[in-house]
Amino acid sequence: MNDKGKIVTGLVIFAAVVTFPFWYNLGKAAPPPEVVLTEKAKAAGECVLPKEEIRAEHMQLLDVWRDTQVRDGQTVYINAKGKAYTMSLSNTCLDCHSNYKDFCDRCHVYASVDPYCFDCHIDNPKEGE
Amino acid sequence: MERSRREFLKIAGASAAIGLGARPVIEAVAAATGHQAAPEAQVAHHPEALKATRWGMVVDTRKIESAEQIEKMVEACHQEHNVPMLEEERHRIKWIWETHFHNAFPSQSTDRVSEHLEHILLPVMCNHCENPPCVRACPTKATFKRESDGIVMMDFHRCIGCRFCMAACPYGSRSFNFRDPQPFIKEVNLKYPRRMKGVVEKCNFCEERLALGQMPACVEASKGAIVFGDLTDPDSEVRHVLRENFTIRRKQNLGTEPCVYYIV
Repeated sequence: MNDKGKIVTGLVIFAAVVTFPFWYNLGKAAPPPEVVLTEKAKAAGECVLPKEEIRAEHMQLLDVWRDTQVRDGQTVYINAKGKAYTMSLSNTCLDCHSNYKDFCDRCHVYASVDPYCFDCHIDNPKEGE
Repeated sequence: MERSRREFLKIAGASAAIGLGARPVIEAVAAATGHQAAPEAQVAHHPEALKATRWGMVVDTRKIESAEQIEKMVEACHQEHNVPMLEEERHRIKWIWETHFHNAFPSQSTDRVSEHLEHILLPVMCNHCENPPCVRACPTKATFKRESDGIVMMDFHRCIGCRFCMAACPYGSRSFNFRDPQPFIKEVNLKYPRRMKGVVEKCNFCEERLALGQMPACVEASKGAIVFGDLTDPDSEVRHVLRENFTIRRKQNLGTEPCVYYIV
């Protein structure tokens, strides 16, 4: 009994199917998202944290803000530079970044994340969909 | 491969020495490349925030002349907190509402109450109890009593909608969002978040206004019928009013120790 040929053929087909998405999309990488800053955000010049940190860690920051604000009643955040901000997604973050579609959504859609913050924290984002 | 015990011990000893010696080297390299901890950020209270050890309220029903007056308080509260206006009674969300004496005080009411008590309407809301049964019932700590000022609060983010708190509350102060409330909010106040379907909500003693140094919305709209202040401070206005008047609390015999008092 020698099924070597069948097994090898099967393995080759299996490997081809499994790797299909990789070679099919080869060289067609989706362009990284570009966010649009509002005039207000541009004028402010800097965010609560340095650009790289806020990009990578805004969710952790918001989580801390949420617990501090809701559970401890403290409302002011003083960053490492000593600048004070009100800890509020609706009133601080989304006040500058009021362009939900062209700011928040750009990266969230690219990274395929669907945070439900916006169900309650901005004015009916679902309307525009 | 043969290896003597002596050789094995030599290798093990050398590996341990390398392992122990590596940590300071890695730390030194990390420090040299600028990976030290950033200066710590801080959080603080708003400079004008109103603070108390125990917030409390006295409702002077003698100063409430009409249902419209309570209506104004309800409107101020519901506008501030994005409370939806649902038509169907069983879906309705209430933070503060009006009721009759015999409903608010079933054990203090008799079959022949005074004419005054028979006709008055009272504003009722969450009593922010000293021993809140809702907090004991909540499995996720979504509702909790803030130790700093005694406000019984809701963290909407954590609420899983089990409604144990609603069963536990003897005052019916809690409402459940059976429907998505958002289409039923008349005018959205973007300063305050809204809620989703499946979340319980209730009065929060305007915690978000106190944090900014403002009095609760219903107190402002009451035109002096509601006094609000610190129950632990003997010189506060609430304590003055409590000293000078006979007051009652809702379902006092249950031992929940409400912080909302009524002058009737």
